[in-house]
Amino acid sequence: MATNPMQQFVVQRIGPEIKIAGIDLSFTNSSLFMLLSALGICAVLFLGTKEKRLIPDKFQLLSEILYNFIAKMISDTAGSKAKPYFPFIFSLFMFVLFCNMFGMLPYSFTVTSHIIVTMLMAVFILIAVTIIGFLKHGFGYLKLFVPSGVPVILLPLITVIEVISYLSRPLSLSVRLFANMMAGHTMLKVFGGFVVSLGILGGWLPLGFSVALTGLEVLVAFLQAYVFAILTCIYLNDALNLHH
Amino acid sequence: MELEAAKMIGAGIAALSLAGAGIAIGNIFSSYLSAAMRNPSAAQKQFPNLLLGFALAEATGLFGLVIALIILFAF
Repeated sequence: MATNPMQQFVVQRIGPEIKIAGIDLSFTNSSLFMLLSALGICAVLFLGTKEKRLIPDKFQLLSEILYNFIAKMISDTAGSKAKPYFPFIFSLFMFVLFCNMFGMLPYSFTVTSHIIVTMLMAVFILIAVTIIGFLKHGFGYLKLFVPSGVPVILLPLITVIEVISYLSRPLSLSVRLFANMMAGHTMLKVFGGFVVSLGILGGWLPLGFSVALTGLEVLVAFLQAYVFAILTCIYLNDALNLHH
Repeated sequence: MELEAAKMIGAGIAALSLAGAGIAIGNIFSSYLSAAMRNPSAAQKQFPNLLLGFALAEATGLFGLVIALIILFAF
């Protein structure tokens, strides 16, 4: 029995050990749940778009809601120029959402509670946004770091601050998702431990807390996927429509 | 043994940053509610911003919690 609330985050190997050029590429429980999330997304969207009914069934309704939700979010935050990036942001949102939600199942593994997973996505977004910005505006993209309407004396300082804030974007983006998932799941397991240690007499109070916290965690799981996607849109907006 | 005690104290102090997150979340929801009571027709439009603000404020506190966990488990 797991006695440590951090034990749920241990990555375990499933099946044989695979090593290529000294790098461990074995199939782990993390990869299993990534695969499950990807298959879950495919299943929901496949069932939703198989028959295009005028009066939608449940799965079609779900896919339509998700599509409209993301499409509206992109057009609200990044404008019509961001339309071509819809598939990227939609897959990003769906992957984070499904990983978070699969992590809410008991005895499952939360992929996004490992900083390496979220950091990979965040660094990819930073590099992609930077490349898009330079392709669209050339070296004019560097104007992003020099806001207009700032006194000349302050300009060197502001520029340095802007560069630092631009480079710390992947850090804040990844740590936000990872910290939320890890803290929430640790808290759930700590309260679960209280239920066991207080026994049949006193254990009801933490049990109630546990139920309430599970509800909160489902909300947080959705919210963090939403925030991840909307911040990607905001970064994309900076690159596409140079406002400064 | 003194190092152990210092680690525990440090982790406890780092977890205090969650107080700021608590104040921030309360502030966001109270501002939203008072604004929504004054102009209920505009409230629905600002709901995504409310959620965004809630998530951003909560995350700031959780950065401190991560520091606490790093002190406890990584060192």
